[in-house]
Parts: sequence; structure tokens; C-alpha cells
Amino acid sequence: MSFTIKGRGISKGEGKGALLVSPEPISFLSGVDPETGIVIEKGHFLEGKSIAGKVLAFPYGKGSTVGSYVMYALKRNNKAPAAIINEEAETIIATGAIIADIPMVDKPQKSLLDMADGTSVSVDGNTGEIIVE
Amino acid sequence: MYLDKEDELILAGEYGETRQKMMEILVALGKVFGAEDLVPISSAQISGASYKTIGKWGLEWLNNLDAHVAVPSVLNPIGMPRENWEEIGISKEFADNQKEVINAYRRLGIKLECTCTPYYLNITNYGDHLAWSESSAVSYANSVLGARTNREGGPSALAAAMIGKTPNYGLHLFKNRMPGISIEVEKGEGVHANHYGAIGYLTGKLVGNKIPLFKDIRPSRDQLKALGAAMAASGAVALYHVKGITPETKLPTFSQDPSEVITIEQSEIDALFSDIDVDAVAVGCPHCSPDELAKLAMLLDGEKVKRPFYIFVAKGVKDANLQYVSKIEKSGARVIEDTCIVVSPAMDKFETVMVDSGKAYSYVPNMCGCNVRIGTTEECVRVAIS
Repeated sequence: MSFTIKGRGISKGEGKGALLVSPEPISFLSGVDPETGIVIEKGHFLEGKSIAGKVLAFPYGKGSTVGSYVMYALKRNNKAPAAIINEEAETIIATGAIIADIPMVDKPQKSLLDMADGTSVSVDGNTGEIIVE
Repeated sequence: MYLDKEDELILAGEYGETRQKMMEILVALGKVFGAEDLVPISSAQISGASYKTIGKWGLEWLNNLDAHVAVPSVLNPIGMPRENWEEIGISKEFADNQKEVINAYRRLGIKLECTCTPYYLNITNYGDHLAWSESSAVSYANSVLGARTNREGGPSALAAAMIGKTPNYGLHLFKNRMPGISIEVEKGEGVHANHYGAIGYLTGKLVGNKIPLFKDIRPSRDQLKALGAAMAASGAVALYHVKGITPETKLPTFSQDPSEVITIEQSEIDALFSDIDVDAVAVGCPHCSPDELAKLAMLLDGEKVKRPFYIFVAKGVKDANLQYVSKIEKSGARVIEDTCIVVSPAMDKFETVMVDSGKAYSYVPNMCGCNVRIGTTEECVRVAIS
């Protein structure tokens, strides 16, 4: 059975994939390897996991604004997430999602941070709708 | 957020993919920060000019853009002067990458001035809305000129430059520009004129991102520049006020009395100054004004420097003040454009660098990996020639 969660569209486009949840903020600059899509920040909740092709849910971005360009690099290397869901968007992730053409939604009416990894999720950045399968 | 018809067409892609993307960035940031509309800007200053910062992917993104800026736009300082970069020990590999970034920006219609003092080049008026990036430039524009800008990142400043507008939130709104904390400086009006960088360094550490109001000091424009730059480096101060000096404090609607008050003591200021040995001296952080160049020319007149002495400046200011530049360079000191103490690899080779700037004092240890000594401009010259 699927259900829909309403959020706010930040970056347009549609993306679908397996959910990957980080309860911690993410820094793309020096936190994610742009060549492989693997989280490399020491001690990070997702350390060693790949974000490529996932619907990546995390609270918000942190770190340097250059992180936006790392998101663009991930896209060019085919290692970008299929979509991003933030509790609250900020400049780095919002800008990065737009320049990298990654669909993004924030402020979901129901948080996805307590859902199981691997759940199939579709994100529509135009309407802000999130469909959980 | 309200968009006019033209903006809606840009967002729909009627003016090409690049402008569409840029409008998407502005709309997203407007949503994030709760802006009600976009406000037209009179100029932009774009960070992310150094190859060291944006790397090959940032460069590729820039190379794929296809539109021109809509307002006068300049860049942040880069890692080297565009000409004669060999003379300060820059490698060819670094220079080649840096030139590629510069060419990418040139193609977008950006004026190739790489400076933290764009206000000496483009006339910036009271009440102008801007999209500037560099922290000391943002502080000077907001505080000293009474213009209005948030501190933009590279892509958001470029988006604003290409659309000619920025989301109307934060420091663009008068209600968000009132002071949140009062600063008393122990000696008040009697404070030594050369201590403003140190006062800013100490204040920035204490106030975080609150808007400070100084009540009892009377700095000149160049001293305001030093004060604000240091506060923006050691803290996150994008706007400050000095009662009776900076323009917004003279408005009847300005609120003068934050309840929180902190005092900067003379002993704290004195404690920053030391007489450790240095192997190079650098001034012009932020880039020198024409008056500061004139003063250095006077202080160096007939002298010879005994250790490297670098003076950083905007190219446009250097070119317009060649009479001072030639006097300065007769002493053996170097006047260098486009780059600065903090972003150039040229300073990395020294063990201890002496500066006259609270901002440089804050950044040099981490960004250049060397020790730092702060002194007045006169002391810097004295050390350089002895």
C-alpha cells in the first residue's frame, strides 16, 4: 500500500529510488567522494555507504558552500542521489540540487527520518509530493 | 513568492536554460528564507573566483553556462595577479587553472576586477540593493555606505547578477538592520587611530552574528573598513553601526539602545600587539584605498625595504594611482593587484608575517600556515625597512 506525503518543492524534476536516511546533517564538500558517491566523512552515520541512485533524506546541509559544486560533480559522474528530501532546506543543498538537476523537496508534513532504509520512495520536486510505496 | 510576468517567462525557460536555472536558484532561496518578492540590484560581487576553491567541477559548471550578467559585476580576489604572477612565486600549473576560471567568468560578461573593495570601482549609493559575496565588502556596503546586501555564496551571487534581482529577505529589509548589542570601547573617542583592526577582531569574537552598535568612537572611512573587515572575519558580522558616523544611525526611525552591552578594554587591545621577529610584511587587507596608497608612498619615500613587503590593491585602484605605486616600488616594496594576503599561495613560504589588518590577523595562521603579528601601518613600514 502506498501513501503520499506533502512537502515543498525546491528543485524540479522527478526521482525514484530506495530510501537512505541520515539523521545527521551532510556536508558534500569533503563529506562525499564526488567520484564514487560514497560518504567519506569520518564517524558520519552514513560513512562508507553510497548515496548514488538513492532517495537521500537528511535534516539539512552543513559545511562549505563549495558543496553545491560537489553535488554537480556527483551528477556528472552518474553518482548523484535520485532525489533529496530535507527537513529544512538551506542555501548549499538547495543551490546544489538545482545546478545538478537533482529533484528536491523539503518540509515534508511527515518526517521520513524514522523510516526504514530501502523503502521505495518517489519524489516530485515540481509539486512537492513524496510517494512512499 | 511574487514574480512579475518577465520573471515568470524566465522561469518557464523562454530566455534560455541558463537564465531559467538562475531564476530557479533565486526562487528556491526566496522560499527557504521567506522572501515575498525579488528586489532589483545595482551590482554584484561574485565569490568562487579562485580555482583552489571551486575546483574542476565548479569550472566545468561555469563553462556550461550560456548567458550574460545583467548588472555590473566583479569577482572576489583570486590566487594571483593576472600579470607577472611568476614574480611572486606562483607555479605555472596553478596559473593555468586560474586563467581558465577567469576566462569562464569573462565569457559571462563579468568585469575582470578581482577585489574585496568593489566600492572603489563601481559607485555604490545609500539604499542600493546588491548581491555581494566577500565578507568585508558586504560589511562595508551595508554599514558604511548604507547599501543593502546579504552575504551571498558564489552561485547565488552569479544568479542574482544574471537576473539583475535577488530575493528580498534578511538585510534587504530595514526591520532586520537594527542593532542587537552595544559595544563600548574603553578609551572611546581617545582610542588610538591605528587600533581599529584589533578592536574589530576582538568584537567579532564576542558578538557572533548580532548587529553591533558602537557609541563612542569616531573612525574615518578607512578605519571603518578595517573595523568591519576584522569583525566579519573573527565573527559573522555583515552589518554594524557607529552612532553619529554610519548613515543609518542618523535616521529618526533607528533604534539606538540594545539592552546588551559589552566593553572592549584597552588592555585586551594592547595584548594583541607583540614584537616577534617577522620575515615578511603585508598590508592591504581589505585592498588599499587611494588614501592608504598615498600614505604608504609618503612613509616609504626615500627608504629601502630590508624584507619582502607586499601591498595588495584592486587593479583599477592601482592603475589610477600610478604616481603612488612608483614611489612605493622605488623602495623595493611590491604593489600587487587581483589577489590578497589570505587567498594567495605567495605568503605560504614565510614563517611569520606582519600585517596591519585584524582580518588578516584572523585568517593568516589557518589559511597560510604561518605565524602572524599585528601592528599599525606605520609599524609595518618601520619593520619592513629595518
